[in-house]
Amino acid sequence: MKVGIVCPYSWDMPGGVKQHIDDLAQALIAQEHDVSVIAPAADDEELPPYVTGAGRAIPVPYNGSVARMSFGFISAARVRRWVRDGRFDVLHIHEPLVPSLGVLACWAAKGPIVATFHASWTRSRAIAVAEPLLRSALEKLSGRIAVSDAARKSLVEQFGGDTVLIPNGVTVSRYAHAEPLDGWGPDGATLGFLGRMDEERKGLPILLDAFKPLAAERPGLKLLIAGPGDAKDVYDRVPKALHDRVTVLGQVSEADKIRAYHSVDVFCAPNTRGESFGIVLAEAMASGATVLASDIPAFRRVLGDGQAGALFTNGDPASLAREAAALLDAPERRAKLAEEALVAVGKYDWSTVARDVVRVYETVTASGVGGVEEDL
Amino acid sequence: MTSTMIVLIAGLVVVLTAVYISWRAGRLDRMHIRLELAHEALEAALMRRRAVVLELAGSRLLDPATSLVLAAAAHEARMAGPEEREHAESDLSGALRAAVDQERFTEKLSESPGGQVLLEELGAAVAKVVYSRRFYNSAVGVTRTAQRRWLARVLRLAGHTEYPQFFEIDDNPPATMATE
Repeated sequence: MKVGIVCPYSWDMPGGVKQHIDDLAQALIAQEHDVSVIAPAADDEELPPYVTGAGRAIPVPYNGSVARMSFGFISAARVRRWVRDGRFDVLHIHEPLVPSLGVLACWAAKGPIVATFHASWTRSRAIAVAEPLLRSALEKLSGRIAVSDAARKSLVEQFGGDTVLIPNGVTVSRYAHAEPLDGWGPDGATLGFLGRMDEERKGLPILLDAFKPLAAERPGLKLLIAGPGDAKDVYDRVPKALHDRVTVLGQVSEADKIRAYHSVDVFCAPNTRGESFGIVLAEAMASGATVLASDIPAFRRVLGDGQAGALFTNGDPASLAREAAALLDAPERRAKLAEEALVAVGKYDWSTVARDVVRVYETVTASGVGGVEEDL
Repeated sequence: MTSTMIVLIAGLVVVLTAVYISWRAGRLDRMHIRLELAHEALEAALMRRRAVVLELAGSRLLDPATSLVLAAAAHEARMAGPEEREHAESDLSGALRAAVDQERFTEKLSESPGGQVLLEELGAAVAKVVYSRRFYNSAVGVTRTAQRRWLARVLRLAGHTEYPQFFEIDDNPPATMATE
């Protein structure tokens, strides 16, 4: 299939949507689809062979944050030419509500158009003001995908209609091999956590409450924490005596994140709610870590009811401490769970996600109306 | 105000109104086309699912009882009249779940020659019913809202097209083929 993918955000900036598009493009190419991506990028920028630059991105405040996007006559003309010359079977626009290449592509093309919605929002002023304009762009879409329940809910509440849900994928092979962080390593006494430290629903306070009795019983036990947030808040929650046994890395690079997964014996995911899909959980599983997670429905499903990782009662530090102690004392069980996890996470690999996306492409092209054309 | 001015302004209002109405009519027309395409895609997906189920039932890879359950459900769905279609297709989803969610069903089927291919085709067919129905119902919703608008009703912008109907079935896939 000839697929044209539209990326709204600058290619040289790391970000979730850009990463999603790059992973998807590579997975589609691996399945022998013909893929072309258009993204904001300066003309002298080094790009992968499947990416076309649409001109330099400008930082713009939109919908509560600053994003680097492309718009204006030059970008519009380039998108139009890319649509005309591409002769795509299907056009896949990401974030069509963002005033960047997605909106331009909606305007310039007609035919089978699929869109993926990543962001969720609550009654945004920006989107409310632009609603009539955005509505006519949305009316051109033949298929809509949301990456999470939250994204789907935002879209459906504001604009009606419905979407299918295809969550983010994990490139399992990327996590398989990494050196532990310097001075760390699975030594039978390391617990790990990764995620926003200051967000209640990520559950770090529950883990800290569980760590206190555990650390008292086990003199060698350490806790490694990575993720954005204020380290002081963490240290305020643990007694002074334990401070040297809790290490807060703060925000880490992608490479160090993978090394962190490889540095722990038990990876804890104490999230209390709201995870439609535990991407962090899947990454830890792909890294070969032993996982201990709260028993919220999403995690229970990913972990096959405890087959591929241990579960504790959601929100209960005592239950977390009990389960963690049992895992620390049973290296064979940890190895077995990690092995099962590696099998289970295959379902969330990008190759599977790309297969589902291709099914959407095939659905919107099923009536044989021909491919994407320039809308004059 | 001179009478020329009044005539000019009235003329302008008439022209603008005409442009607006024709834009609205064009938009409704494009909506109908998209709805039509979504409907064709849904029909194709349902037909494909019935065909794959019949193929699986006739493959001699299953036990005769399971084969019979699947064949009967697919046959009923194919023969159903317009009134019974939603029921029959829902029943087919139910029969598929009962068959595929049997213990070790997918493992055993994928070990037999040709079984893996059939399983993949079934997975794709089941997912496409879910996807195409979502997209179709979404298009129905949007078109209904547009047709109900005051201007569209008064000027009969929808022409002779019928008020579109949602297609409501149970299309939950078997647990091992769950897409969401």
